Amino acid sequence: MANMIQARGLVKRFGKVTALDGLDLDVPEGSVLGLLGPNGAGKTTAVKILTTLLTADAGQAMVAGIDVREDPQGVRGKIGLSGQFAAVDEYLTGYENLRMVGRLYRLSAKEAGVRARELLERFGLDDAADRPSKTYSGGMRRRLDLAGALVANPPVLVLDEPTTGLDPRSRQQMWDVIEELVSGGTTLLLTTQYLEEADMLADDIIVIDHGRAIAQGTSDELKSQFGQERIDVVVADAHDAAAAARIVNTVAFGTVTVKDRSISAAISGDGASHLVEVGKAILDARISILDLGMRRPTLDDVFLTLTGETVSDSEDVA
Amino acid sequence: MNAPRVLIDGWVVAQRNLIKIKRVPEILVFVLISPIMFVVLFAYVFGGAIDAGPGLNYREFLIAGIFAQTVVFGATFTGASLAEDMQKGFIDRFRSLPMSRSAVLVGRTGSDIVYNVISLVVMALTGLLVGWRARGSFLDSVSAFLLLIVFAYAISWVMAYIGLIVPSVDVINNASFMVIMPLTFVSNAFVPLETFPSALQTFAEWNPVSTVTQAVRELFGNVPDGFVAPDAWSLQHPVVYTLIWVGIIVIVFVPLSVRQYVRASAK
Ligand SMILES: Nc1ncnc2c1ncn2[C@@H]1O[C@H](COP(=O)(O)OP(=O)(O)O)[C@@H](O)[C@H]1O
Ligand SMILES: [Mg+2]
Repeated sequence: MANMIQARGLVKRFGKVTALDGLDLDVPEGSVLGLLGPNGAGKTTAVKILTTLLTADAGQAMVAGIDVREDPQGVRGKIGLSGQFAAVDEYLTGYENLRMVGRLYRLSAKEAGVRARELLERFGLDDAADRPSKTYSGGMRRRLDLAGALVANPPVLVLDEPTTGLDPRSRQQMWDVIEELVSGGTTLLLTTQYLEEADMLADDIIVIDHGRAIAQGTSDELKSQFGQERIDVVVADAHDAAAAARIVNTVAFGTVTVKDRSISAAISGDGASHLVEVGKAILDARISILDLGMRRPTLDDVFLTLTGETVSDSEDVA
Repeated sequence: MNAPRVLIDGWVVAQRNLIKIKRVPEILVFVLISPIMFVVLFAYVFGGAIDAGPGLNYREFLIAGIFAQTVVFGATFTGASLAEDMQKGFIDRFRSLPMSRSAVLVGRTGSDIVYNVISLVVMALTGLLVGWRARGSFLDSVSAFLLLIVFAYAISWVMAYIGLIVPSVDVINNASFMVIMPLTFVSNAFVPLETFPSALQTFAEWNPVSTVTQAVRELFGNVPDGFVAPDAWSLQHPVVYTLIWVGIIVIVFVPLSVRQYVRASAK
């Protein structure tokens, strides 16, 4: 499968800050690449270079087979971008926003109008279509912005942190919309700070920090390499802690830590069935518990393993 | 980049700006309040102390200056709007589209003409209220307004450039006032040139705000009895001199602003 996005050795400096330090990436046609990294890692810079908003100091990038440096206007005809901050005009209605973008993609006035209505309906914004977008919630604005990126049905879509700052419900809605797009075969480059999001949406993930890729693979590969799911148990009576720890140990990967009434251990393989197993064993042993849960690895865990520093340490450096 | 494309895209962008004026008329109110305050302040507070020349009421003298000041101040709207669009990532969205590279600026400065026309109408009405009258021919008055609009258009491009280079919206007003204040106050807009010390007087004579004011003043017939144009060539040919400035500004600032637009990117 041909790469719809391909970058080699991208370097970008802003004064003393090296925002990108030799980044490579490949996004095969019809697949989703998640660019995962903390604030300041260089995600937006990479997005801007690939969407022709910035030129790299070094390196090469091709989008839909077109060199971004040599024919930026050609690239612009092939991409849809939804930037980190929703670029919708708050005084225009949803309809007017999308119609304007359609016109600028060179649709006729009529086509642009029809396309705008179509997208508003698809994104559940038809009720709000003729209201100034100032009245929209954060989630609605984000969806309107995404709709703007889709006006011309571009073969390549680039979304920069599409769910940052959204409440859980809006985030879920956004994920549904993106999943639907992806199942339709769009090639997508997505940046995010949430491992969970990359896990859910991306085929491949590149973890970046300080402008460099520090890990790469499918979500499962990354998790099994860099962060395990954990089981946490809190027993009601500290006397039961040792017994509970023995139970947890049967599914643990590595050591079981016990602290007062809390027992915690990394697990490998199918986390959910391990959780059920442990729960059942605890019930059988008649140990009363306050809490039992599974914790999925976060970007923090992956980071901790990869760099030995936590995400906020890394941000401080950036 | 062929001409029709710039115009089509520019028109789409201009429509967006015009919708905004319609939805948020407060924008106009705030920007118009200051010139109206200037009319009142100069006409009634300082007016008594300023001698406009034999047979000429100061208020009559003043209005041409206020017209010039209004369009120059109004041009800051161009810069502020672009700075805001940039800060909100709107310029990035435009820049990621396969549209003409100069359309955002052409559309912005174009729609700001409408804005200038509205403010000139309001200022003319305010002028009429305080006793100003156009004493020239109808054609002269039309020419005066056209010259003001053409001049405003050129200044809009200067402000567009400033709007694109400032790091944030907060700075734009200070940045543009640094340009505007000396231009409007060291000019004949509010006081006759003879009142300036000689060094400033030379600057004021060649200041395009003075010449546009002078041109408009003459076209409206708001000059004292037995009026003789000053020695400076600029003031003897105020229309031509002003248009030369318009030409220079357009030739310099259109390409400069477009280049800045192509490079600029929201933080
Ligand atoms: N226009 C700019 N000027 C100066 N520094 C910048 C600019 N844009 C980004 N940076 C710096 O480059 C680094 C990467 O930023 P960015 O790509 O925005 O990261 P991310 O999107 O992953 O949060 C950061 O240290 C940031 O401060
Ligand atoms: Mg970012």
